[in-house]
Amino acid sequence: MDIFVTLIQVLDSTIRLATPLLLACLAGLYSERAGIFDIGLEGKMLMAAFFSAAVAAVTGSVWLGLLAGIASSLVLSGLHGLASITFRGNQLISGVAINFLASGLTVLIAQSWFKQGGRTPSLFGGGRFESAEFPYAIGPEDAELTGQPVSELMSDANSIHMVYSELLSGHSILVYVAFLMVPLTWWVLFRTRFGLRLRAVGENPAAVDTAGVSVVGLRFAAVAICGVLCGIAGAYLATALQAGFVKEMTAGRGFIALAALIFAKWRPWHAMWACLLFGLLQAIALRFQNIDLGGVVIPVQAMDALPYILTVVILAGFVGKAVPPRAGGEPYVKER
Amino acid sequence: MTVPAIELKGISKAFGPVQANKDISISVAPGTIHGIIGENGAGKSTLMSILYGFYKADKGEICINGTKTDIPDSQAAIAAGIGMVFQHFKLVENFTVLENIVLGAEDGGLLAPSLSKARKELKELEEEYELFVDPDKRIDEIGVGMQQRVEILKALYRQAEILILDEPTGVLTPAEADQLFRILDRLRAEGKTIIVITHKLREIIENTDTVSVMRRGQMTATVKTAETSPEELAELMVGRKVLLQVDKVSAKPGKPILEVENLRVFDQAGVERVKGIDLTVRAGEIVGIAGVAGNGQSELLEVLGGMRPGQGSIKLNGEPLALSGHGSDGQARRAQHIAHVPEDRQREGLIMDFHAWENVAFGYHRDPAYQRGLFMDNAALRADTERKIEKFDVRPPNGWLTAKSFSGGNQQKIVVAREIERNPDLLLVGQPTRGVDIGAIEFIHKQIVALRDQGKAILLVSVELEEIFSLSDRIAVMFDGHIMGERLPHETDEKELGLLMAGVAEEAA
Repeated sequence: MDIFVTLIQVLDSTIRLATPLLLACLAGLYSERAGIFDIGLEGKMLMAAFFSAAVAAVTGSVWLGLLAGIASSLVLSGLHGLASITFRGNQLISGVAINFLASGLTVLIAQSWFKQGGRTPSLFGGGRFESAEFPYAIGPEDAELTGQPVSELMSDANSIHMVYSELLSGHSILVYVAFLMVPLTWWVLFRTRFGLRLRAVGENPAAVDTAGVSVVGLRFAAVAICGVLCGIAGAYLATALQAGFVKEMTAGRGFIALAALIFAKWRPWHAMWACLLFGLLQAIALRFQNIDLGGVVIPVQAMDALPYILTVVILAGFVGKAVPPRAGGEPYVKER
Repeated sequence: MTVPAIELKGISKAFGPVQANKDISISVAPGTIHGIIGENGAGKSTLMSILYGFYKADKGEICINGTKTDIPDSQAAIAAGIGMVFQHFKLVENFTVLENIVLGAEDGGLLAPSLSKARKELKELEEEYELFVDPDKRIDEIGVGMQQRVEILKALYRQAEILILDEPTGVLTPAEADQLFRILDRLRAEGKTIIVITHKLREIIENTDTVSVMRRGQMTATVKTAETSPEELAELMVGRKVLLQVDKVSAKPGKPILEVENLRVFDQAGVERVKGIDLTVRAGEIVGIAGVAGNGQSELLEVLGGMRPGQGSIKLNGEPLALSGHGSDGQARRAQHIAHVPEDRQREGLIMDFHAWENVAFGYHRDPAYQRGLFMDNAALRADTERKIEKFDVRPPNGWLTAKSFSGGNQQKIVVAREIERNPDLLLVGQPTRGVDIGAIEFIHKQIVALRDQGKAILLVSVELEEIFSLSDRIAVMFDGHIMGERLPHETDEKELGLLMAGVAEEAA
């Protein structure tokens, strides 16, 4: 039973940790499917994390925080669009610039506003996303009623009830949003006119252009969706997963999301599984900080580095042939 | 007189200092096939791009069916009933035929109704015009001929009444090209107006009702096709008399220079591309390899040119040459006096971003004449380039221009100059005139024949039967990695070669 409880807890944590990856990964999916490579996912998430935490701290409303996060991420998306679509600049350089900008600006503004060493004040109450408790799930309220800690109630419950309470229930609303985005994204991409055009513009923008559809308009739409999703991802980090913004809190998640995107070969369902895999790696690293292997203790640093190392291993060895959208990274120039 | 389907009045368009179109007026009657012919860079494509809303004309007006129409973008062109089939197809390769046809002409936000409606209409179009394609095949699963049909269907699905085709036969086999023109005939019979842009005289003569000739951005003439001749059109295009037939004396083949025995070539995927070929090329003889692209001719050239390994035996002047490993690379082949004009000049023949004078040295840059101690003697190189530019009439005559700033014909002249001037024993030539204008074709052909007359051996690979006929002293036809047969040009005809190219064995033919 103990192993089962541990497993459920690790999986629960997997879901929490996979959520920002999934949101960022889907963000990248929209953008890259439209032919705009975006290595600025990290920067957009970071910017959104900061502004959502800052606004939530000042106003006490997490929803205003979320909006601020999305808005800030959208501004960076607009910048990326302007550079890479309107002015046909290099998409990688624009992305790198956005990452630097976010990394510097967030700390600078945080220090100037809050004077707490580049972090925001801790969020509590309405400044954070509460977890949504499903009916009949074991949650903090049951703990109050019975006077027993939640963990004890959990281990007393049967396994189905436990999976329901721990895995499915008790996450912030943004987690459910993220996972609902997967079928929604699939549907949009493969069942709607917008999706057909989006995929076409990433494969051959000339085909879209000669069909009388605006390449620039489509690509900006894709980049804007990317901005919104990155904004939610960042807000989730700062106001749901943790309580407040700290310097560089995205910790490479934007890049892991990109790795997951490649691993998933730009497909929504696969993206979800890839993000869950990377989330699992992070959860394991968090849960088992020091593993004792017959006298040899694996240091905590090695465990922390594990998800990143495995990212490289998976990308190098297990992806197979990943064919990116054909027109990806190339600005569209009309030609005869 | 009926109202013209398209009427252009005084269209002018300049790109910076270059006047691409100058005061062009043209009138196309409905239900006809109108040809526009001209050399590369004459402004044909610019004119059609203006008609399809890609560029805005600086001056002039467009009338469709007698009404003055503004075409600011492709959407307006589609709305005006104009459909365009570009030289490079505008298809999404990993979409199905159906998805490509629907793209941009969907009926609503959801795909499913659009797709099922398109499927039904496609069926009707197919039956009406005999344009059969499988709507569920992906574009990258079908051949270029089929892809072109998809482009035509795309235009028809958008209710195009006027169809513009830009160099439609550039990528087609002769049989596919014939099929295309049968389809166009059918469309004309249904009342569609068709404009065909090409630089191939034969197509114009055989298939159009009227023809306009463009030269240097201007419309030099519009004539009824029935009242003109290839010679007259060629002269109008180039501005001087052109020899359409290569002028050459009959060959005096000498000793064998190249002897190929049982040559086999496998590609990277391990597929056998050349399946045991025997071939001899003698001194003072041009051997032409005919065949539909992709039947092993490219691989044959690449092995001989040192670009890929092979198995079997090749001898040059009786000396065996290595087919793999040491002594089989391009550098070695050049030392063995084999010069190579590769099929794809932009990828294999030139470095497009480098200057002409640098490109003239490639492959021969270790020549002591270009060295000064440890360094390259760039001055010697540039002087040499200047000489070659003059001899081969490269225009503009400026060695400091990058390769990509020359027209296709002049790029090819640079490659041909580099290889021929080395005085090789064997010259390998792949598609020497692909994308080259008629004036330059004449020049390049002359140079190849001149080299033959000096007693050199020449192996020519071309998918243009006309070129094979006019240059070759002996013709070998390749199909599926085999040589199907050898013929003498005056003892065979296009029909017989066409059968061999399609793999029909000699007995059956």
